[in-house]
Amino acid sequence: MTHMSTQLSTPVSRQIVESLSQNKQEPAWLTELRAEAADQSETLEWPKPEKVRIDRWNLGALGVYKAQKEASLAELPEEVQAILPEDTAGTLLVQRNSGAVYRQLSDELKAKGVIFTDLETAAREHADLVKQYLFTAIPKDENKLTATHAALWNGGVFIYVPKNVEVEIPLQAILFQDDAEASFAPHILLVADQFSKVTYVDYVVSGSEGKSAPAVHHSAAEVIVKAGAKVTFATVHHLADNVIDLSLRRAVVDNDASIEWIIGDLHDGNLLSDTKSVLNGNGSTSDAKVISIGTHSQNMSITTQAVHWGRSSDSQMVTRAVMRDQATAIINGITKIEKGATKANGEQTERVLMLSPKARGDANPILLIDEDDVTAGHAASVGQVNAEQIYYLMSRGISKAEAERLIIYGFLAPVVSDIPLEAVRNQLNRLIEGKLGS
Amino acid sequence: MSTHFKIEGLKAAIEGKEILKGINIEIKGGEIHAIMGPNGTGKSTLASAIMGHPKYEVTSGTAHLNGEDVLEMEVDERARAGMFLAMQYPSEIAGVTNSDFLRSAINARREEGSEISLIKFIRQMESKMKELEMNPEFAHRYLNEGFSGGEKKRNEILQMMMLDPKIVILDEIDSGLDIDALRIVADGVNSMRSEDRGFLIITHYQRLLNYITPDYVHVMMQGRIVKSGGPELAQRLEAEGYDWVKEELGIVDETVGQA
Repeated sequence: MTHMSTQLSTPVSRQIVESLSQNKQEPAWLTELRAEAADQSETLEWPKPEKVRIDRWNLGALGVYKAQKEASLAELPEEVQAILPEDTAGTLLVQRNSGAVYRQLSDELKAKGVIFTDLETAAREHADLVKQYLFTAIPKDENKLTATHAALWNGGVFIYVPKNVEVEIPLQAILFQDDAEASFAPHILLVADQFSKVTYVDYVVSGSEGKSAPAVHHSAAEVIVKAGAKVTFATVHHLADNVIDLSLRRAVVDNDASIEWIIGDLHDGNLLSDTKSVLNGNGSTSDAKVISIGTHSQNMSITTQAVHWGRSSDSQMVTRAVMRDQATAIINGITKIEKGATKANGEQTERVLMLSPKARGDANPILLIDEDDVTAGHAASVGQVNAEQIYYLMSRGISKAEAERLIIYGFLAPVVSDIPLEAVRNQLNRLIEGKLGS
Repeated sequence: MSTHFKIEGLKAAIEGKEILKGINIEIKGGEIHAIMGPNGTGKSTLASAIMGHPKYEVTSGTAHLNGEDVLEMEVDERARAGMFLAMQYPSEIAGVTNSDFLRSAINARREEGSEISLIKFIRQMESKMKELEMNPEFAHRYLNEGFSGGEKKRNEILQMMMLDPKIVILDEIDSGLDIDALRIVADGVNSMRSEDRGFLIITHYQRLLNYITPDYVHVMMQGRIVKSGGPELAQRLEAEGYDWVKEELGIVDETVGQA
């Protein structure tokens, strides 16, 4: 065990990263990118989200790389079976711990030039595309987290949708962890070329095993939305409470392009979730819907951001969180409108419903505006369940527990019911039920 | 067993201030009682105290429904025992549709495994909504959210019709209703009159009683019932106001608990 803990305390070094990359027969440019990131991670600082000291979390438990064997869907554990889409339409990717175990893309989509595979494979087979975009939306030297992730990411997802191609079915991935000692660090790179359209859905979950030791899931998603393209990115996180979930997402959005984020942060452990749209293009839009439920002594930092550079760009953000027990959530909404982004509009709402006097929820709406000719608005609230509403429901014969349940579901419903994907809505409802029932 | 509801010596306080100073009323199945009185005399407090609003503290007295003291019960138990209060200011609950809410309320009265079927529920709800001339889309709207005053009141009557209670208390159901809505609501109440059901109608206008004829009329002042009579009492109050009652009883200020 001493051997293991030594490895865990210094998981990132140029030497480890280089030899791992070479063992995996990654292209030289990727080995070099990882090695450089490993160097950078040694000097950079962890990010400092508002009022949450992530540097006090056990961020050393990054695990070690363990190669994965291919698997059939039937071989996947029960927890994963429960979220397998009923109809994958021949298109699904599964990552287990450190690597992809299943990848399938329908012939129809292949014929249209769509690429959907794990990022490690893509780095070998589609190096030109991957190299062009990897770590462009999220620079690897932004902080210690991005550098660490760039050095260590594994498995992952790569999606490329060619110009003018519309993918009708959602491309779905299941990223799951059932070995706390294995590193679990998917990187998602999605490139939607001009006037294309695609929906990507992933479920980040724990299997039944590997819940005893502390573990860190670090992931980053880069979404490149070219002119006139439309991307819907839905992600549902429900890892076990031994896991720290560090998830960064960033979209770079070109002229008249749009990104829609749907984020279900239903994780059971500590969480850093940061989702940002960079609206470079004129007429570009971003719409982010985030729901979260905090239970037990969870500590969460949930941030949604929009940066407006393009003229007439539009951003909408809605976050709703329910906090139980002693859970803490700091919810930040940041709308930044840069000089020159005339006629931009940014709206954000953060609402927190507290179910326990020991729970804590802060909603911090922030508007940073450097241009005069814009519109922007925010609304934030933190409140308890309304006693008058409980009385009203109970006066019709509904028990107190059921009345609370109705009010909590009602609180989340405006976001959940707006989600355009029925399967995602159903999974969210299932997980919400689980988190509220425990 | 026919319905029998008896309130005896009911005293209640809000924030330590006594509002109800000993109320006695007996309502049998088939009877309609009206409680009238100017504002601030404790009428709505009576309704809230019977239903168990958390802000009101019952300091003494009992309210037996068919032998069981509902004041000893939780709010939801009172409702399941057969009490129903149509509220003056119904809560708005975002995200919970009217139909989901009503189905939960109906199923709360049924054993697990014998919940009302969706088809049967929808049919019932649609037919009652039609009787109340409610737009069918209100079934899918969030509970009372964005409803006008009149729509909220109709929605209260809809709930009453769906839940089939034994004792119905209508708290100022006529406030905020125009004449057409008033008639629709009154028709709804009249259609529910039966030997198994008693009504307690709280109002400070006589006009509702033109549509729903009470068997007994009680006047409330200073947190007590100070005068009782038949329907003719309501008519005299409408014609002459409350001053003659005050004079007769030597009451200068009829209100209670006002700062």
